[in-house]
Amino acid sequence: MTRTATETPVRRPRTRLMWLLLVLAALLAGCALSVVIGTRDVGWAEIASALGGGRDSIGEAVVAVRLPRTLLAALAGAALGLSGAVMQGVTRSPLADPGILGVNAGAAMAVVIGMAWFGIESLSAFLWTAILGAGATAALVYAIGSLGRGGATPLKLALAGAATAIAVSSLTVAILLPRADIAGGVQSWQIGGVGGATPEAITAMLPFLAAGFALSLLSARNLNMLALGDDTAAGFGVPVALTRFIAATGAVLLCGATTAICGPIGFVGLVVPHLCRLLVGVDHRWLLPFSALAGAVLLLLSDVLGRILARPAELDVGIITAFVGAPAFIWIVRRRRIREL
Amino acid sequence: MTGLAQQIAAHRRGQTRRGRRLLFGLLALLLAGLALTLMVGQTLTPPLDVLRVLAGHDVPGASFTVGRLRLPRAVLSVLAGLCFGLGGAACQTLLRSPLASPDIIGITAGSGAAAVFAIVVLGWGGAAVSLMAVACGLGTALLIYLLAWRNGVAGARLILVGIGVSAMLQSVTGYLLLKAPQWSLQEAMRWMTGSVNGARLAEALPLLLALTVFGALLLGQARNLEAMRLGDDKAAALGVRLARTRLLTILGVVGLIAVATAITGPIAFVAFLAGPIAARISAPGRSILLPAALVGAALVLFADYAGQMLLPGRYPVGVVTGAIGAPYLLYLIIRVNRTGGAI
Repeated sequence: MTRTATETPVRRPRTRLMWLLLVLAALLAGCALSVVIGTRDVGWAEIASALGGGRDSIGEAVVAVRLPRTLLAALAGAALGLSGAVMQGVTRSPLADPGILGVNAGAAMAVVIGMAWFGIESLSAFLWTAILGAGATAALVYAIGSLGRGGATPLKLALAGAATAIAVSSLTVAILLPRADIAGGVQSWQIGGVGGATPEAITAMLPFLAAGFALSLLSARNLNMLALGDDTAAGFGVPVALTRFIAATGAVLLCGATTAICGPIGFVGLVVPHLCRLLVGVDHRWLLPFSALAGAVLLLLSDVLGRILARPAELDVGIITAFVGAPAFIWIVRRRRIREL
Repeated sequence: MTGLAQQIAAHRRGQTRRGRRLLFGLLALLLAGLALTLMVGQTLTPPLDVLRVLAGHDVPGASFTVGRLRLPRAVLSVLAGLCFGLGGAACQTLLRSPLASPDIIGITAGSGAAAVFAIVVLGWGGAAVSLMAVACGLGTALLIYLLAWRNGVAGARLILVGIGVSAMLQSVTGYLLLKAPQWSLQEAMRWMTGSVNGARLAEALPLLLALTVFGALLLGQARNLEAMRLGDDKAAALGVRLARTRLLTILGVVGLIAVATAITGPIAFVAFLAGPIAARISAPGRSILLPAALVGAALVLFADYAGQMLLPGRYPVGVVTGAIGAPYLLYLIIRVNRTGGAI
């Protein structure tokens, strides 16, 4: 991260404001597209009447389904983008992302275990289990990645995360296979999508997201200090371990809750912060809110793209983000010399 | 001087004997496993009946259970295990890292996605699927190699690039299997972890072919690969043609892995596990390719038997090998981190 700091010129407030307006406009456009485009396109008149409470025509019914979906995509994207930015700050690794570090896979396994062995069914139980699993996996990956000389280097963290993700997914399949009754629901959920959005699901995840957003955004200033190195940050009086813990808790809440509702969606948290760093610089007080907004835009547009590409069916958003994000991941790996990683 | 030379010669003879003993031991283990799987299932078949079925006689009862159910399964397990073990170990040796096995760096994911596409979307079967898997496996290997290239290929970069590529390909496979109308979900999931359920003897033919062609190719490169473990410069000084060896090895690896994946699905972690296990039990400084192939076969055979008979419920072989491989993968990462060794 220090390298990026020297490379990226300091951004003037005016440039940042301009980008902020642009991202907000993109967010609005994304929401609008997400409501309009689908198997059946709807007109503005129908949307207006549906927003007014009408449920009579097919168009209005379509809007009634797409509104929660749009909201969920925006929320999930914001949560994943922000959680990726926080993880990159906490680990000082350009390769940190809830998907790559295995945290999403851990949340998914916890949910599957909960369903298979403890028979959990309620939304809040899903959420709590997923967050528990995400937290445990994050701790495990960080512990494995920081063993040995040099502490938690980005390379070690990425490998530990990828290995954990592979291991955990393999165990998840083992738990799932003999249980035909739950396998069906879980399999489509495991690809990652926002298609099954309901207002209840959104309401259930809101408190967790709010807590996650608050903890993450409050850590922004201390994350800036962490970027200078642990010793310097401690010298400035920043409680390094506590900052890491609080920020990581926020990130885990965000991606755990998202995974519980949408399934593991990869790579959003990786791409978005890198993009935002190019736009607004490395100051976390700008970077974090920007990552949230841009994450929402990315997921909304990916979801819309998935509906356009496979008309009249749809591609799950998790597949689209994998195809957007994996090349970005490879690009980041290529761009840096391996010693720096 | 002569004393030292004699000592060295004696040591080498000892190593050779040890290597031979190991191969015989592994073969014996494999034969014992075969005998066990052919005789003991839901019902017990006496050894004589098994032999008579194998000889082609018609034995009431045993002909079906042994000839139709157990034999194809066992044969397929052994052949697929040989393919995965040999291919995995060769890949790990070439890239000098236990993490660089085909199932982690994305070659298996490439062949798997191609095979699923051919089966589910194009409705192909048989040899066409295997060819498609091999072609796409080669394409994936080439892509990963090119993407990881930057003033040479560093191990860690190759592995990370491979992880990225396989994430993409696996999402394709997952989607295709999920949307496939003719496959039930359980079948699809079973295929994704790898299984020898519903094995037919006809499926053994492409595996045998792949083993003869690509297996021979790899074993022919064993000496060169061994020399390359010392480093590219030393190997070149010893007269190894580096580019040729690399190319042939990659071709052999992809051929074996792709054909096996097309038939049994990517049996989790066999390619990853066989090499390190073989390295652990064989004498240092010997090629591990042949032992690794046998270890792979034994792994698949016993894991499949355990999944069918020993565990509560019936699990496809990939779940059992996955449950063994996943902790080992984590252990490997922990060990690499602690010792600060190269990956």
